[in-house]
Amino acid sequence: MSGTYLGMPAFPVAAHEAVRDTTLRGNLRHATHTIRAKRAAAVAEVSDWAELREAGRRIKDHTLRHLDTYLEQLEESVTAAGGTVHWAADAAEANRIVTGLVRETDESEVVKVKSMATQEIGLNKALEDAGIRAYETDLAELIVQLGRDRPSHILVPAIHRNRGEIRDIFRAEMGAWGRPAPEGLTDTPAELAEAARLHLREKFLRARVGISGANFMVAETGTLVVVESEGNGRMCLTLPRTLISVAGIEKVVPTWRDLEVFLQTLPRSSTAERMNPYTSTWTGTTDEDGPETFHLVLLDNGRTDTLADQVGRQALRCIRCSACLNVCPVYERAGGHAYGSVYPGPIGAILSPQLRGTASEIDASLPYASSLCGACYEVCPVAIDIPEVLVHLRERVVQGGEATLGGNKVLLKPARGHAVERAAMRAARWAFARPGALRTGQRLASRTRRLHPRTLPGPGRAWTGTRDLPAVPAEPFRDWWQRTSGGKDGAE
Amino acid sequence: MRVALFLTCVNDTLYPDTGRAVVRLLTRLGVDVDFPAAQTCCGQAHYNTGYRHETEPLARHFAEVFGGYDAVVTPSGSCAAMVRELYPRLGARARAEGRGGALAATLAPVVPRTYELTEFLVDVLGVTDVGASYPHTVTYHPTCHGLRALGLGDRPRRLLAAVRGLDLVELPGAEECCGFGGTFAVKNADVSAAMAADKVRDAESTGAEVLCAADNSCLMHLGGTMSRLGTGMRPVHIAEILASTEEEPAR
Repeated sequence: MSGTYLGMPAFPVAAHEAVRDTTLRGNLRHATHTIRAKRAAAVAEVSDWAELREAGRRIKDHTLRHLDTYLEQLEESVTAAGGTVHWAADAAEANRIVTGLVRETDESEVVKVKSMATQEIGLNKALEDAGIRAYETDLAELIVQLGRDRPSHILVPAIHRNRGEIRDIFRAEMGAWGRPAPEGLTDTPAELAEAARLHLREKFLRARVGISGANFMVAETGTLVVVESEGNGRMCLTLPRTLISVAGIEKVVPTWRDLEVFLQTLPRSSTAERMNPYTSTWTGTTDEDGPETFHLVLLDNGRTDTLADQVGRQALRCIRCSACLNVCPVYERAGGHAYGSVYPGPIGAILSPQLRGTASEIDASLPYASSLCGACYEVCPVAIDIPEVLVHLRERVVQGGEATLGGNKVLLKPARGHAVERAAMRAARWAFARPGALRTGQRLASRTRRLHPRTLPGPGRAWTGTRDLPAVPAEPFRDWWQRTSGGKDGAE
Repeated sequence: MRVALFLTCVNDTLYPDTGRAVVRLLTRLGVDVDFPAAQTCCGQAHYNTGYRHETEPLARHFAEVFGGYDAVVTPSGSCAAMVRELYPRLGARARAEGRGGALAATLAPVVPRTYELTEFLVDVLGVTDVGASYPHTVTYHPTCHGLRALGLGDRPRRLLAAVRGLDLVELPGAEECCGFGGTFAVKNADVSAAMAADKVRDAESTGAEVLCAADNSCLMHLGGTMSRLGTGMRPVHIAEILASTEEEPAR
């Protein structure tokens, strides 16, 4: 089941199940509320947070504005440092390139650093189809992989699991992948971590090929950066002979100096740490130190199309911190799987329909998976106005219009299933443009108020299923105002 | 100063008591408030559901109706945010689509002159004690657009704290959305209902008699949930509390 999201139902359908899963609700509430409070404290410590946020926004916007220049500079720098750069237009091409590179090494297994880009393209499945086993080495990714599950969070992909569930997965599945879980494993965090450490250690020491993503790529020197908490990344980046990194083209930054901003905002926003425990940087290859061969696969997969959209392009600033997920009341209740993508939560709701288009049921429903409360925008360390992009994408869904797909300008038709709503919106607009028509409707509602049912049929049931309707007053305000000259006649 | 009341379509149709409260409150504070009868709707539901082009005539209508006033006061954080935050965006988008600056120019005058009620009281009139009396225990839910788009901050709480007899108790998780979100409430009814149930539970835990907010649409959603769950709490708009006096108490 991992890696594929084809045919996912629309968000409300998936969420319908999730809100009734009390274990899931409990796990998510506990986890998101804990990290939410910690993040707020970690951010409050920094006196110039607003300036850092603005700097991050500007660096990203500048880089995206000149993305062609910086990508070519990056390619030159990486090549000069002994690496090889590959360009992948889409997921299939990226998977083809990586699979080919692993085959050239004659190895049949790889160790992986946690990476969103490789999740996005479904690399593990592509490798499996080619007879290559990919081992996830991040603890939460390991839990997801062993459980034949899907990630439900960008930073903590197993956030939907509690300790008891993790112990059960380790006991049942570790043996099939390598070193089994120790006898009598309990659900204490220290024992679970030790079981994972022992299980992964033999893979680190044996692997000849490592696969990673990148948090940042510095154009001026060709340096890649991975930030992590567990040290598994450092192992995968230094022990194998061949290192293959897959990164979205928007991960480039012009200079090392730019890292100063993001290495402050990323850890505080994501794990609520002042500094992440491991920051690994590498520049091409170095004789007798680390991998002998380094490949960088630059992934587009819808990013250039997204960049073409004036409103939507701000989503490409994202540094994958997950602060928006942790603060989102919708994510907290619906869970990550309902978003039908490796990118769940508010950022996923604006990223997936842009990277994949709005043609599928799930992608057309994602822009509506938000109450537009704005908490995501408030915490975003690169100031992505997620509500603005959500509304923009809603417009694309219901009105259609110009978009870029596969590098070509296309005119999208409105999505199906919105005809009734569109008619209602037009009718409301017609009435609202004519105060007389509005008044007639209000009076009709008031006069018939004793006949109004407590529950509504059809789409109205979505309201009255859990909420009583408000009582309609005897007269609308405008009639009272006219009748009493704004209350001056004294008649209440 | 010529002051207009933009009551909003929801309040005009369903909550005339809130409108009467605003009139009474402003009159008491010496403001002669007008209610231009041609007013209808700011277009927020259209805009936020993705019907930007359907929103434009409503925004133009708003600008025509309220263009001649020095201040437009509205007892709704989200409708005030629609005008202040999103009308400029409507104009900018029209320009980006090559339709010139006409829409932006039409909308521009009303944008800075539109105030949410508590903003108008505190920032324009410069009052926090409005002479109200309301002998009840109240908890306040800061609604999202007032909180984050307008930055109302502690203005509503300062106004409530100055009301005679009012016991203001803090709402746990106050800044979390109630789950209304306009058409979100029906498009994602399950998640919306779960958010409302949690908010109502938090409100009940305070022991307050009244759940107060500055947006009746959120209170309609929460009040409907409270009524269905059979809690004893009442949803009351902040205008009705601020209008209440010892001589003329709110019902």
